[in-house]
Amino acid sequence: MSEPLHRDHMTTDEWLAWAGADADTRGLPELKPLIEALAAAQRTLRAADWNEDAAGGGPDAARAENARPGDPDAAESRP
Amino acid sequence: MNEPLHFLAITELAPLIAAGHLSSVDLTTACLAEIEAHNDALRAFITVTAEEALGQARERDAETAAGRCRGPLHGIPVSLKDLIDQRGVATTAASRVRDGHIAAIDAPVTARLREAGAVFVGKTNLHEFAFGTTSDDTAYGAVRNPHDQTRSPGGSSGGSAVGILTGMSVASIGTDTGGSIRIPSAACGAVGLKPTYGELPADGVVPLSRSLDHVGPLARSVADAWLLYLVMRGNAPAAGASWADARRISGLRLGVPRPYVHDILDDEVRGRFAESLAWLRQAGAETVDVAIPHASDTATIYQHMSLPEAAAYHAASIDAHPERYTPNVRLRIEMGRYVLAEDYARAQRGREILRAEVDRALAEVDALVLPTLPIPAPPIGAPTVEVSGKTESVRNLMLRLTQIFNLTGHPAISIPCGSTADGLPCGFQIVGRRDDTEALLAVAAACEPRVVA
Repeated sequence: MSEPLHRDHMTTDEWLAWAGADADTRGLPELKPLIEALAAAQRTLRAADWNEDAAGGGPDAARAENARPGDPDAAESRP
Repeated sequence: MNEPLHFLAITELAPLIAAGHLSSVDLTTACLAEIEAHNDALRAFITVTAEEALGQARERDAETAAGRCRGPLHGIPVSLKDLIDQRGVATTAASRVRDGHIAAIDAPVTARLREAGAVFVGKTNLHEFAFGTTSDDTAYGAVRNPHDQTRSPGGSSGGSAVGILTGMSVASIGTDTGGSIRIPSAACGAVGLKPTYGELPADGVVPLSRSLDHVGPLARSVADAWLLYLVMRGNAPAAGASWADARRISGLRLGVPRPYVHDILDDEVRGRFAESLAWLRQAGAETVDVAIPHASDTATIYQHMSLPEAAAYHAASIDAHPERYTPNVRLRIEMGRYVLAEDYARAQRGREILRAEVDRALAEVDALVLPTLPIPAPPIGAPTVEVSGKTESVRNLMLRLTQIFNLTGHPAISIPCGSTADGLPCGFQIVGRRDDTEALLAVAAACEPRVVA
């Protein structure tokens, strides 16, 4: 892990870039498709409407930050 | 009785042994002969403890002759998934990582089975470290489904299900972290019980994900599964005592969760499930639709819990000996190292939400009912299959309808409910209230004669 994780909150895109680079560094490029699948799951997890917000707001901010337009995994996660 | 004796249920065999009409040595010898004849093809067992088993069987027969009965499993051949410690025998977890390991003592569940009189015939094959649903990533060769040897038996307790189906053992003990008892039971046509989380001790059992792991039986009937569960819980009934009191089917209220559960189902699986519901209604049960609103978040929550928990357990060995893991299992363990703590915490919250929703779905019914697997047994090694014209991941499908109850901890059982036109079994899953596994078993015992084809 050559780079610091992040200064405050790591978005899914930032996490994906870091994890993919780390897999390359460790000589595990075959891990990258799995990490991409995990990124889709992470977006879904962070966008879930049961996530809590210390400011007392709803989950909209997290959803806006993490869900990418047209991301089918995020869209299909909703009941 | 037209079936060979070693294909009968414990409830049929135990009285024969107790009465001296059947010797444990004959029964054990018959099971060992099946292993000898079929294990090269089916690869159900990793270790066969033939000499030890025959020694135990001789002891049981001598005790019977002396008028002594150890318990309700007296003289019954049982196998253990090779994640569960049996003293003096290797626990391989189907992995080269464990080469050279020999268990010093029995796991508590093994000790309780031994105390109840079980005869241990061997350790069964599995998906390496239980980290998969097909039993094909194993250092001991892919397990094959006896109904069609080109197909997976499901997993991870694949060898256990194959063993009891083919007469290699009368019952088996497995583990279930995302469905690993219920999945192979459904794919092979056996009964598989995952009790409430934490009811049976998991000490002496190689973990996959400690907060999701459950120990439980695979058996030929609900009554047998019930008996094995009681024995492993430390409440073995006296030999000959009654323990399996089925609920009356009339008045039974069954909840059917349809959204998400019925979104992706093989047509024949859907058909067998619908027929089962119709038979249950005809017998007097009432079925009502219920909802688990966030069921579609299950896989996401599950991944963010199971992967890092597995990575933590394997951290030292995967750094030291990565080449000893099968490639797919190694990659899944490595994935877990990338899950962030805050996402693991989010998943914990999601788990609480699901648990509450399943509790609510059960509030007005006796049990939930749903298919165990959305597809029949897939071809060995297939990464994807077609369902209703869409290509779907085999791994995701196999876990789709079972893993939610590992997250929530509710007890769940799979019983056979007929087969596809190609003869591949389908499973009917019944889910009960937490901390009331016996109530679930009573419902399952009531449903069993109506849905088992």
